Amino acid sequence: MGVIVVKDLGKSFGKGPSRKGALKSVSFEITEGSMTALIGPDGAGKTTLLRLLAGILRPDSGTMRVLGHPLPAEALQLQTKIGYMPQRFGLYENLTVEENLTLFADLHHIPESMRRTRFDELLTMTALGPFRTRRAGRLSGGMKQKLGLACTLIHPPKLLLLDEASVGVDPISRRELWTIIRQQVAAQQVTVLLSTAYMDEAERCDHVLLLHEGEILAQGSPSQLIAPMAGHCFLLPNISTAPRTLQSQLARLPGVVDTAIQGDSLRIITEGVEPPALPPELSVHGPSKPVAARLEDAFVNLLFHRNSHRSVPQPMNPQTGSHDALVVEVEGLCRYFGDFAAVNHVSFSVRKGEIFGLLGANGAGKSTTFRMLCGLLPASSGTLRVAGANLRTGKAAARTRIGYVSQKFSLYGALSVLQNLSFFASVYGLQDSRKQDRIAWALEDLELKDYIAINAADLPLGYKQRLALACALMHEPSILFLDEPTSGVDPLARREFWARLNALAHSGTTCLVTTHFMEEAEYCDRLVLMSLGQVLAEGSPRAIKDRVRTANHPNPSMEDAFIALIEEHERVSRRAS
Amino acid sequence: MARILRVFALVVKELLALLRDPASRAVLIGPPIIQLIVFGYAATFELKHVPFVVYNQDQGQLSRELVARFAGAPSFDFLRFVHDQAAIEQSINEKSALMAMDIGPTFSNDLERGQPAHIQIILDGRDSNTAAIAMGYVQSIVTRFNQERLVPHGLNRPATILLDRAWFNPNLDSRWFIVPGICGILTLLVSMLTTGLSVAREREMGTFDQLLVTPMSPAEILVGKALPGFLVGTAEGSLIIFMAVFWFHVPFTGSLLGLYLGMLCFLFSSVGIGLMISSLAVTQQQGLLGVFLFMVPAIVLSGFATPIANMPQAVQYITLLDPLRYFLIVLRGSFLEGGGTSLFWPQYWPLLTIGLICMVVAGNLFRKRLA
Repeated sequence: MGVIVVKDLGKSFGKGPSRKGALKSVSFEITEGSMTALIGPDGAGKTTLLRLLAGILRPDSGTMRVLGHPLPAEALQLQTKIGYMPQRFGLYENLTVEENLTLFADLHHIPESMRRTRFDELLTMTALGPFRTRRAGRLSGGMKQKLGLACTLIHPPKLLLLDEASVGVDPISRRELWTIIRQQVAAQQVTVLLSTAYMDEAERCDHVLLLHEGEILAQGSPSQLIAPMAGHCFLLPNISTAPRTLQSQLARLPGVVDTAIQGDSLRIITEGVEPPALPPELSVHGPSKPVAARLEDAFVNLLFHRNSHRSVPQPMNPQTGSHDALVVEVEGLCRYFGDFAAVNHVSFSVRKGEIFGLLGANGAGKSTTFRMLCGLLPASSGTLRVAGANLRTGKAAARTRIGYVSQKFSLYGALSVLQNLSFFASVYGLQDSRKQDRIAWALEDLELKDYIAINAADLPLGYKQRLALACALMHEPSILFLDEPTSGVDPLARREFWARLNALAHSGTTCLVTTHFMEEAEYCDRLVLMSLGQVLAEGSPRAIKDRVRTANHPNPSMEDAFIALIEEHERVSRRAS
Repeated sequence: MARILRVFALVVKELLALLRDPASRAVLIGPPIIQLIVFGYAATFELKHVPFVVYNQDQGQLSRELVARFAGAPSFDFLRFVHDQAAIEQSINEKSALMAMDIGPTFSNDLERGQPAHIQIILDGRDSNTAAIAMGYVQSIVTRFNQERLVPHGLNRPATILLDRAWFNPNLDSRWFIVPGICGILTLLVSMLTTGLSVAREREMGTFDQLLVTPMSPAEILVGKALPGFLVGTAEGSLIIFMAVFWFHVPFTGSLLGLYLGMLCFLFSSVGIGLMISSLAVTQQQGLLGVFLFMVPAIVLSGFATPIANMPQAVQYITLLDPLRYFLIVLRGSFLEGGGTSLFWPQYWPLLTIGLICMVVAGNLFRKRLA
């Protein structure tokens, strides 16, 4: 019998007409000692499902049996046997690493005699040993997650429920987290159910549940899910010029489900099993060769057929002016919070019409750099110029040249789509016919027409992202800043979003983007890799990967490059000190 | 012109956000109405039905007559006779009686002989306010008893007789005193909530950054955030004045112009304080805490319930910083005294001064927080 048996599970939130079904009749079973990944777009119901299984939410309908305990009746008995790590694990920031462990040991009634060995075990496993006496608030994002996991494991659980434990964590910590989880499965026969935004993590699990709008769209082993994709995946290798332009051209071909830039190649998913028929003007690039399918292909394909309507943005009118002009210049930029250097001597420059990426884990200093560029935060030292001005000290009018999409798409939730657009248009000084034109453009081009009277707070995440973009583009800025614009958005919406940026860049708008998704580096013309406030590398995706390309590793991913560069950086700085 | 249009857009946005969000709409409409009803009906200084016990050691006619006068008065409820001192103690201790009357054994005899007689009144001083009011009632009943007994008996009449007339509020109806005060409190509450939380709300939602990267200057944002406080405060104040006149029938004898000038001056200072809180608070919770940290002392020091003249001198100086103090004078003056603009100048200028200082400080804090 399964460790988790769920039948027809349903759960809704809210009241009256705004009541929304988070889960609709979900059924599945998980066997002992297996690892199951829960994947799906943001808002699909992953967190709700995990909370139900941990016994902290009551279902509206259906039955659940976890480790033999019917829920919610025996939630208390169950909770002593499971480890549940929520998205934001409740570490006590003012307690040290060891005090946090002691606290959780107290909560789980771990006898004094067992603690010493268990603590040592966990601290060795998480490599947190040297930081025993450091306050949890002063740990890096990755270390916090590892400590959270250690606290969850303090009482060896039979079942481990992890809610996006590795999202936003730097690649090295992500690897370490996975090693710990794998050890638990192998040594203690722990059953693991984890939700994740990373397809490669899901691919490493025994079983995958794909959740979409509260329903299970597909489930099975990764190979089972990938199998139907065999023969639908092609690679257009070694494209030399403007991969993004080519991508948007290919995306409009009939029979093409999806295109993605992958290193120097273009990955294409087709509806049929024939390779995509390239029109004559593109045939110089061909022919494409078939490649093995991945889980992400299956995911994208399933979602594509689910909501078949998809917009492919049209390129806008190109702006005039030289494309070589530097529009952002950053030199020796520093920002200290107390004695902590959040941004440490960062320098880079961005040319007009580029898509420029700031890549790094949470806490690498991307957002701090961003906020300084936008004039939201003063720099401790260094110089920065955006469109020829320092936005902080310069005239307010200089700010009309930039658009800003903040993290989590900050919009006025109580205002309708139209009211949000109208407000931002007015604030940017648009009047009368120009204002009407731009609002009409936003509604048309970003397909917000059907949502005109809906409150921004009630929009689906993908549409929130579009509205935020529309508000930032109301005044047709020459530079667009986007802070984590793709976080939490499903892969399809992410692709669509990058295609949109592509079109913008094509028309001469410079785009600066931060992201913690390493694979999104491929969409950038150039990027900087950041870690602990410093720039590890700057250049085109290819140039950065070239730096770590070796005979043994001829085709490194951006994540491989990141890890190699961090390790190299640490070696250098250790030698220096 | 561009500036005015931007500020106007921000004001419209603020009002839309306030009125479209069910939660903030409820905060603006619900609690003020409830408070008006609760204060209007429940808060009264008049005392009715004070339960009392009597330890009557006297067997005469006169003591029974006196007790009957108390028992018949609407302010007192006769509970029972007790038969020893200990029973008095007990009924006061367990709060079954608020007052005990101890009539000595020679009461009637003394009076018959034309001698002064004593009765002892024991009051529950744990509630000093009630005790003092009850004592006043006791005195007036005893005085009347004396008068009515002395006159028919042709005994020596007291030298002076008090004839009291209360001006402005002839019946000393405490509602006339309290309801205009509530108008001040609720106007303060609503305008501070509107401004005190608005920046914090945007900080929490992340929209504040979005606002700061627009061409709006901090001053424009400040003005755009202040105006909705004025509008909402004026609307709320007007509603309560309307309710006071047409629902609670408090007479309005002064000039509307004088009152509204006072309200605008008052809003200028309360919005200034709200913005100061706003510029300091990072979360809505902090903003709310700040508003209430200010509200409670502001109400106590305003003279809303207890007269400022009774406060220690040092505290009286502190009340000079309380905008509500000045507005209460304007309100009560407008309702009861028939006061007009000329009478209120001494209240207007301190309000404007407080407001100006707060606005300048808020503006500086605001700029510093951004820096």
